Amino acid sequence: MDEHFGACPRCRSVLEGMRNVIRLYGDERMIDLPAGFDRRLEKRLAQRARPRSSRWFTWEAWLIPVAAMALIIGGVWLMNSRTSIQQARSQHANAGENIPPDLQVVVAQGTKIFHVPGCSFIHDKDKLRKLTAKEALKEGFTPCPRCLKKYLETTAAAYALPGTQVDADVDDDAQSARSDAAHTEDVHGRN
Amino acid sequence: MAERIVVVNNPEQSAGREQDLIARVQRGKHELFYELVRPYERRVYAAALAILRNESDAEDVAQEAMLKALANIRQFRAESRFSTWLIQITVNEALMRRRRERTVIMEGMDDRRDEESDYTPRDFADWREIPSEALERKEIRRKLAEALASLDRKYREVFVLRDVEQLNIQETAEALGISVASVKTRLLRARLMLRDLLASGWGQGWFSRLPFEKGTKPW
Repeated sequence: MDEHFGACPRCRSVLEGMRNVIRLYGDERMIDLPAGFDRRLEKRLAQRARPRSSRWFTWEAWLIPVAAMALIIGGVWLMNSRTSIQQARSQHANAGENIPPDLQVVVAQGTKIFHVPGCSFIHDKDKLRKLTAKEALKEGFTPCPRCLKKYLETTAAAYALPGTQVDADVDDDAQSARSDAAHTEDVHGRN
Repeated sequence: MAERIVVVNNPEQSAGREQDLIARVQRGKHELFYELVRPYERRVYAAALAILRNESDAEDVAQEAMLKALANIRQFRAESRFSTWLIQITVNEALMRRRRERTVIMEGMDDRRDEESDYTPRDFADWREIPSEALERKEIRRKLAEALASLDRKYREVFVLRDVEQLNIQETAEALGISVASVKTRLLRARLMLRDLLASGWGQGWFSRLPFEKGTKPW
């Protein structure tokens, strides 16, 4: 092959050209780093490479326990205020809020539920008594969740079983805080 | 903007010093990692840029590759070269990011086209060699970078891994997931094309016109 390269100028020029290419591109000076590259890299590595012990003494690290404490305290407070309200009112007291007080409803003897007249879930259609929604509520009747459904959507949670923490009026954050707090309370209670 | 210059007396000394640094980082001195990788910043960036073609993406991936290398530093065995290991991680990160960002089209077809036709390099009457000192000039570097970027992806990647990053043929094949034969074919083609680009530019004013369009033969 060397002989050929000696004799053939065309091939020699190709060979030399390629060698030139390899030499130029193999030279690291060919590569331009963006300005500030090494500073940014060093910074990013330093964040990761910080010796383990010192990682806990930053302000960010303290955020988590502080936030947890705030949640627990807030949750406990909410729990207390919520239970005192619930003691003063019956569980279903919220339910009738949205029902127009003058709405004509019926109650069947022997039940505790009032319906819109004609509701298919009324038992004993013979022994119906007519009254207004306001009166029914006052007497302690609860609205039928089927025919009076549209008035009950915001208070559906009032029909939950006793002992749960769910209340649809409260927003999500407080709700989860309360269930967290309740859990914590529970755990502490057992101790 | 002064660069910190590390003066090294001879290759054995620097290799020994590097081994020592690696060992200390592996034992937990993570704050020494930057000093270990500083000599490779350019190469890591160049590898990422060759694959992603975008400067900020390349820098991002370069940083992530370094972090990954730091996280896995204890997996590095002294038998292989540290630079190779570092570049392999970089290539991997870059390929993964590219895969996430767009679907790979017709990768299989590319392999077949390698064997299609021979590439005939051009004849240059007034071809002159470009001396290494020319690299000191920014416009020369930029032209070289442009020439490289204008290559088809499959040629560019093989060329960068082999001739810039100094991976061997086998390592290049593995890093890119292609056959050794493909590496050799593509490498030759890339070198010839770059020679053409550089030679024509040098003589006639750099790249006022590309010597060939993609897809057509140059003769």
